[in-house]
Amino acid sequence: MKKLILILLGCLAFACENIIPEPPAEDEILDGPMQGLNSSEQARFLAGDFAFNEEVFSSGTGLGPTFVATSCGSCHAGDGKGHPFTTLTRFGQTAPNTPPNLHIGGPQLQNRAIPGYTPEILPEGTPFMKLTPPAVTGLGLLSALTDDQILTNADPYDLDGDGISGVPNYVNPPSYFVPQWFHQDANGRYIGRFGKKAATIDLLQQTVSAYNQDMGITSTFEPVDPFSGLEVDPEVSDQTIRDVVFYLRTLKAPIQRSQNDQQIIQGKTLFSQIQCGDCHTPEWTTLSSDIVALSNKTFFPYTDLLLHDMGPGLDDGVTEGSAETFEWRTPPLWGLGLSPNSQGGSYFLMHDGRASSIEEAILLHGGEAGTSRTKFESLSAEDKTALIRFLKSL
Amino acid sequence: MKKYLFLPVFLFALVANAQIDSTLLKRVPVDTSYTKAMNMDAVYNRPFLQLGNLPASIGGYVEADYQYMGQDGITEGHSFRIPRFTLFVASSIHRKIKFLSEIELEEGGKQISIEFAALDLTFHPLFNLRGGVVMNPIGAFNQNHDGPKWEFVDRPIAMTEMLPATWSNVGFGLYGKYYSKAWAFGYEAYLTNGFDDSIISNNQNKTFLPAAKENALRFEKSSNGQPLFTGKIAVRNNKVGELGLSYMGGIYNRFETDGLVLDAKRRLDVLAVDFNTTISATKTYLVGEWAWVMVDVPETYSQQFGEQQKGGFVDIVQPILRGKLAGFDKAVFSLAFRLEYVDWNVGNFEETGGNISDDLWAVVPAISFRPVSQTVIRLNYRYMQQQDILGNPPSKIGGIQIGLSSYF
Repeated sequence: MKKLILILLGCLAFACENIIPEPPAEDEILDGPMQGLNSSEQARFLAGDFAFNEEVFSSGTGLGPTFVATSCGSCHAGDGKGHPFTTLTRFGQTAPNTPPNLHIGGPQLQNRAIPGYTPEILPEGTPFMKLTPPAVTGLGLLSALTDDQILTNADPYDLDGDGISGVPNYVNPPSYFVPQWFHQDANGRYIGRFGKKAATIDLLQQTVSAYNQDMGITSTFEPVDPFSGLEVDPEVSDQTIRDVVFYLRTLKAPIQRSQNDQQIIQGKTLFSQIQCGDCHTPEWTTLSSDIVALSNKTFFPYTDLLLHDMGPGLDDGVTEGSAETFEWRTPPLWGLGLSPNSQGGSYFLMHDGRASSIEEAILLHGGEAGTSRTKFESLSAEDKTALIRFLKSL
Repeated sequence: MKKYLFLPVFLFALVANAQIDSTLLKRVPVDTSYTKAMNMDAVYNRPFLQLGNLPASIGGYVEADYQYMGQDGITEGHSFRIPRFTLFVASSIHRKIKFLSEIELEEGGKQISIEFAALDLTFHPLFNLRGGVVMNPIGAFNQNHDGPKWEFVDRPIAMTEMLPATWSNVGFGLYGKYYSKAWAFGYEAYLTNGFDDSIISNNQNKTFLPAAKENALRFEKSSNGQPLFTGKIAVRNNKVGELGLSYMGGIYNRFETDGLVLDAKRRLDVLAVDFNTTISATKTYLVGEWAWVMVDVPETYSQQFGEQQKGGFVDIVQPILRGKLAGFDKAVFSLAFRLEYVDWNVGNFEETGGNISDDLWAVVPAISFRPVSQTVIRLNYRYMQQQDILGNPPSKIGGIQIGLSSYF
């Protein structure tokens, strides 16, 4: 008996070192804080993390009555790209700089409802666009860029003759918007940088809008219930909203994998050669920020945050802000290879998830990206593989 | 209020125990027909202490444990818990009328609940009336959940979170048993208060039957005026084991208030099968349970809330040493293994046709030491994987749990 107990205690002592499942590699996951946060910032990150990933709304806590999702995490599993299950449908604005037609239920369809209520139905014949929820990592770095930096790449009249224009989306700010030193006032409008059409100026607007339009949760920032159209009591606190914004600002940027792999290096070269990088701008550096960890950081999002004509194939006939219906913001490519880890093992790419692979997504590029697509098509199979592997490494 | 009622009773029990000669306390023999006892007897098949000639006997059990668990490489460190402290009081009012109550304090008193408080009237072995707070006989674990009976620190997830553990309600019903040589047949049928809208409107982001336990008003009135039916039949052969089949169902939602229709009537149906046996040649004890949950979820609600769930567990317990161990005359040292699985959301996405995941499985190898039959010390290693609704790479959870549990 004593021997047996000793053996078991020995096994236990050995097991204690190995009982906790290994963590996934840091470059294989999207969630987690960026490096350099101090302890109070870490605590705030955790508060935002809880609100974003753990807080689930129900009818008792303000959900809906019409809604799309029950929590932030429902749309952004692991902080990554979303799944068609929580695809958003936007409608109402069919031309640049026109109102979103709130009277017909725009700008977003709330296609689900709590028991006893009827979900919103898309008005017959109304053009609409479906939007797959984006990954939310690294947004703090993008939000720390200045409008000046974004405008550096803008070429609305294609003065350089490369066939690529790139225009900012100038949008009317919400009433609670407070311009920062890096925002530029353009006759009362500001450059949008978030969302598929770049119609959202900052992460506060993004967060408030998502609570309101995705979950039917009102706040002091956006007190109007999308179902009734009436102002109601706030259903989420200002502190929670601020914590979520902080969380989004301080989520780490995706980490590229296998950077030294020769085929991936070759793919990176090809990416540049066929001019993908003309819109998917690889590298940026922030200036100063109120969060030290965001200041003077060089990062690699592969986006220029500008709108581009993507051709008639991607024109859904709906738009936001000053964007044309055929214009889309260049989506960041960082984290692209990890998309299946948040999309249930599959790829659902492009703005509405219509592409089931990276190659299919490239081939759906039109308009200003048509030249790059043609160059991709003419690559050898080996070069295509190298390029795809590079994109998957992001 | 429950706290205030409970405290004097508890203090009285302590003081009484301190002042009396312990020889006056006599152990009430456990049901002597144990070999014929069925799962449905679990509430009475417990050790009790009787004070002198008082008509009431008391008992209870306590569970305490230590755990060191982690998820995906991150651990919260070392943790000590007292998940349950339960007291029961039983009394025979007449040889055919008896009463039993069970009050449980969970997590050091964070939650106090009456799990059982029912009066039993026997008219015939096949015809007994039970009324009060009854334990709905769905599956086997709900009625037979006492910590000291199990070799595992944690309760099976499917039987505690998919089916609500210690799910009890106010109601009435009948039960009975029939014996014939090595065979026993039992039945139970109750009408009670039941579930409410919270099972699909909760902060768990899934169909979650235990959410209804939060509604303490269910002991006061039904949430919708519709009774919940729970019924079970079971058959036991002393040489083969026991097999039970149970059903629980009814309208769960509040469809009408003040005569105004709020929603359609929506049903909840639960089916469970359970078994237990001891292989006589090896003394290997096997127990398991599997259940299916079907919920009428509005089509226009979110698929986050599953219309179907399924899950269960199987435990294998193999005694390897019996006899005088560590100074105890009838000690038992066992190896045990649990396999459990829950699918919180059986179905496919409307948008893609792909499988809805939201499931978990766990394996729990265990070692247990019973110095006496009523006390168990157990060492578990738990490894679990759970996937989100989309089927993304699973979260991996593992760690050590050491606990003790004993009747007193």
